[in-house]
Amino acid sequence: MSVDRATVAKIASLARIRLDEDALDRMVPELNTILGFVEQLGEVDVTGVEPMTAVIPQPLRLRDDVIDADPLTGGGVREAVLANAPAAEHGFFGVPKVIE
Amino acid sequence: MSELTQLGVKAIRDGVAAGTFTAREVAEACNEAVAAAAELNAFIVTTPERALEAAGRVDADRAAGRELGLMAGVPIGMKDLFATRGVQTTAASHILEGFVPQYESTVSSKLWDAGAGMLGKLNLDQFAMGSSNETSYFGNVSSPWRKRGSNAALAPGGSSGGSSAAISARLCPAATGTDTGGSIRQPAALTGICGIKPTYGRCSRWGIVAFASSLDQAGPMARSVEDCAIMLEAMAGFDPKDSTSLDMPVPNWSGALEASLAGKRVGIPREYRMEGTDPAILKSWDDGIAWLKDAGAEIVDISLPHTQYALPAYYIIAPAEASSNLARYDGVRYGLRDLPAGANLQDMYAATRAAGFGDEVKRRVLIGTYVLSAGFYDAYYTQAQKVRALVARDFQEAWAKCDVILAPTTPNAAFPLGEKLDDPLAMYLNDVFSVPASLAGLPAMSVPAGLDADGLPLGLQIIGKPFDEQGVLNAGLAIEQRAGFTAKPERWW
Repeated sequence: MSVDRATVAKIASLARIRLDEDALDRMVPELNTILGFVEQLGEVDVTGVEPMTAVIPQPLRLRDDVIDADPLTGGGVREAVLANAPAAEHGFFGVPKVIE
Repeated sequence: MSELTQLGVKAIRDGVAAGTFTAREVAEACNEAVAAAAELNAFIVTTPERALEAAGRVDADRAAGRELGLMAGVPIGMKDLFATRGVQTTAASHILEGFVPQYESTVSSKLWDAGAGMLGKLNLDQFAMGSSNETSYFGNVSSPWRKRGSNAALAPGGSSGGSSAAISARLCPAATGTDTGGSIRQPAALTGICGIKPTYGRCSRWGIVAFASSLDQAGPMARSVEDCAIMLEAMAGFDPKDSTSLDMPVPNWSGALEASLAGKRVGIPREYRMEGTDPAILKSWDDGIAWLKDAGAEIVDISLPHTQYALPAYYIIAPAEASSNLARYDGVRYGLRDLPAGANLQDMYAATRAAGFGDEVKRRVLIGTYVLSAGFYDAYYTQAQKVRALVARDFQEAWAKCDVILAPTTPNAAFPLGEKLDDPLAMYLNDVFSVPASLAGLPAMSVPAGLDADGLPLGLQIIGKPFDEQGVLNAGLAIEQRAGFTAKPERWW
């Protein structure tokens, strides 16, 4: 399978990456080279093989149901959470208007 | 340059403990070496004051008779993928330029608790995506090595290229690395140093900028096997903040090092003898086989039939996970924001990510988005996960015949900067020998094996069973003792 210009533009829009015309022109053959390379996976007989999601099988743990069990990852650290925001206002993340 | 910069982790730690020199003297010597090596561009940010502070604490602890940690007095470089509280952490990307974490990664905080100090944040491929350190927003790292009779700049490998360059140039005795498809082993091999990627889950991923979460694993890089063992002990351990962290005790790997391999079987995978591999690499592999035989091991021929499919599976799985992990860079919560005039929220996301991500990162996010998209998910992503299961099964079956596996780390020695930059696929192929162990989550290390005809280092890779870092380190030690690798780059910077 190979991708055309329209498909790459669609993927870029899904990935929220703006690509100008030049970037699109460069990206189409690059992505096709990579997709051409991974195409060979189709040859592998995977009958009866379960897809691997974890290399070391282990159950997912649940933490204790306690508020702020770990103060570092618990709540009440608004200033720290906002410290690196490009636009923090009134204790919130600021974004362009989303409702007219 | 001071003699102290020539010492490794153990020599520094033991020298500080014995009072032969102070931690401060070591930190000063390393700070000076770092400052004098700006031309290598190994560091994105230097933190000499942090190194001195940590050294001061160790010297005070020693004077007060308090117990000293595993890494006491050892100044190290920190790959700029680990969140360090109060010190800019970028993953070598413009999108994180200026990001100052409010918390410390688990691995780095364990190292500071063990008495290590930070010389600075090391350059890397952007978001750890690359094999030459050329995708960094902060410029290429130059390898301290050069071909005999040439001044051409060589790649230090990647993604941990700042780490490998700094260690081989004697700027620091050790550094952290992370390995997703070979990012510890490949740069270690290309610069004549050691590096080990432990079993997936040994080192906490908490506070490490995520690339491909089912593969990412931190590990130490240093100039000897023993130094790697010591540093790995300081880095590893269960962390409830990482859902895939291994809840197992950390063995005393350095104390149990054993270079005799009597009774051990070493597997030689026939599929790794690939067409087009540099004859010098094949010769060093043969040397490695002879050395391990000399150490008492039995050499057995093994087959890992799905080897050729590991790399294509990796280049679906890793970008798929990356496209998901990197969705967080949206210009809202941290990092860069590009807000063109009149732009709405969606425009802002797209503009921010266009301005903030480098070309290789964009390529991988787009590939990942494509293989996860409706209609293609099963053909690409599910198929790759099934192939991954088969790659892992190959190893499981091999363990019936052998205890560790010996293979080359890379198909070639260091290549000139720029050589593979315009051909993503050629760059990807540099990881052909390292990716299978990553897909299977196995511990694997690279140790220097010798020099090629141009005077460039070559590495040998040892792959072990899950949780058997000890077996990997022991075989690494057996090679180290027999290879007698003492070459170091001649200083030109």
